[in-house]
Amino acid sequence: MTSTDLILQGDRLALARLLTQIENESPEGLETLGTLYPHTGQAHIVGITGAPGTGKSTLVNQLALHLRKRPMPGEDTPPRVGIVAVDPSSPFSGGAILGDRIRMRDLAGDPGVFIRSMASRGALGGLARATAAVGLALDAAGFHIILIETVGAGQAEVDIASNAHTTVVIEAPSMGDAIQANKAGILEIADIIVVNKADIPGADTTVATLRLSLEMAGSANAHAAVEDRAGGGRENSWEIPVLETVATKGEGMSDLVDKIVAHREYLTTSGGWEIREGKRVRSQMESLLREELVKRFLKGRPDGQFEETVQMVVDRERSPAQAIEDLLRGKKL
Amino acid sequence: MVKKKIRVLICKPGLDGHDRGAMVVARALRDAGMEVIYTGLRQTPEMIAESTLQEDVDIVGLSILSGAHMALVPKIVELIRGQGQKDVGIVLGGIIPDEDVLKLKELGVAEVFGPGTNTQEIIRTVFDLAGVEANDID
Repeated sequence: MTSTDLILQGDRLALARLLTQIENESPEGLETLGTLYPHTGQAHIVGITGAPGTGKSTLVNQLALHLRKRPMPGEDTPPRVGIVAVDPSSPFSGGAILGDRIRMRDLAGDPGVFIRSMASRGALGGLARATAAVGLALDAAGFHIILIETVGAGQAEVDIASNAHTTVVIEAPSMGDAIQANKAGILEIADIIVVNKADIPGADTTVATLRLSLEMAGSANAHAAVEDRAGGGRENSWEIPVLETVATKGEGMSDLVDKIVAHREYLTTSGGWEIREGKRVRSQMESLLREELVKRFLKGRPDGQFEETVQMVVDRERSPAQAIEDLLRGKKL
Repeated sequence: MVKKKIRVLICKPGLDGHDRGAMVVARALRDAGMEVIYTGLRQTPEMIAESTLQEDVDIVGLSILSGAHMALVPKIVELIRGQGQKDVGIVLGGIIPDEDVLKLKELGVAEVFGPGTNTQEIIRTVFDLAGVEANDID
């Protein structure tokens, strides 16, 4: 039996092995993923992001527990939940400590849950390069909801937005003032904002600041709304909720599940689902194309030419832009 | 294709709460370029087998200081082999009497590291078991 058949039948070891092949970009893995691709497109991909220490893993643990408790609207059984948890790789050794499972022990023993830890392997946008492909494999394997937990994100790790249908941004109390809430970046990608650790003093202020910031964004967006829709931009009729949770105690989780379900409903009825699928696939294809082109270009160069050019830039004989121009024109150096 | 990364699961089976050793080993393996999944304290054999499967690791490192190794390790080995992961290397660290070391090795534990083991020795053993040369790792 092929690994594609095994995975479609729910064989967990075959799935785990495929995920390793995908991470290592092995030809067998990419081929299997290709044959599985027609079986994808069913899952609701939910991104969970936020700064380090805001409680992402704890919240994912609780969220999965709650999702496993009740069927989605129109279904008889609770959804199967796949979890992809990304942690950073060391820029020096390339190694990583992946510790997200520590907070997810409540999910052990549930065959409807599959957790996979991933190291970012040098990628900077908050995910690993292979995260999207790992999500596809889980989708094909019949997981209905895929929770993707990013590395602890700062302000600019926003790749998750182009990889998920629904993006949940987690904040913790007292992390910054009103200016922080109005800066560009991570808050802009939120479909749902969660203020976790809401039992800490200061949570009310954080919630109020975030709500005010969203209201200001709302009035500014009114002018851009028409243009945005025509350009396939973010949909504007979804009102971004700000929820309070205490993930360690499971408080607020039911509301969060409701909002995630509501956001899916909203996307399917508004046409936003197709827009996001289009954007998601486009962004994945663009990044694959970029990587492949770089790989092929460098393969076609004489040995050592690229390194020599790097050295010329280091020695200030060329600027980086000039050097690339020379390389692309195939100019003799 | 990306160069092979060694994936290691580091676990604390049973009830002892001393994980300093496990953390030191996890850190050393990280610094040697490996991806180390740390699951935290008080893991049952079933939890360890499940993590071993989902994470598709090359090596499982168990740390036991409670003296319950003869109760826990055979069960863990049996579960991991039973779910089709015949080639996963299983190593053990802790305070293990010599006669138990022999029995555990017969059961399929690849190596047992006692107190005072040099982390370089552990790293070398893990590279060997995973079938990867240290300089193959980028």
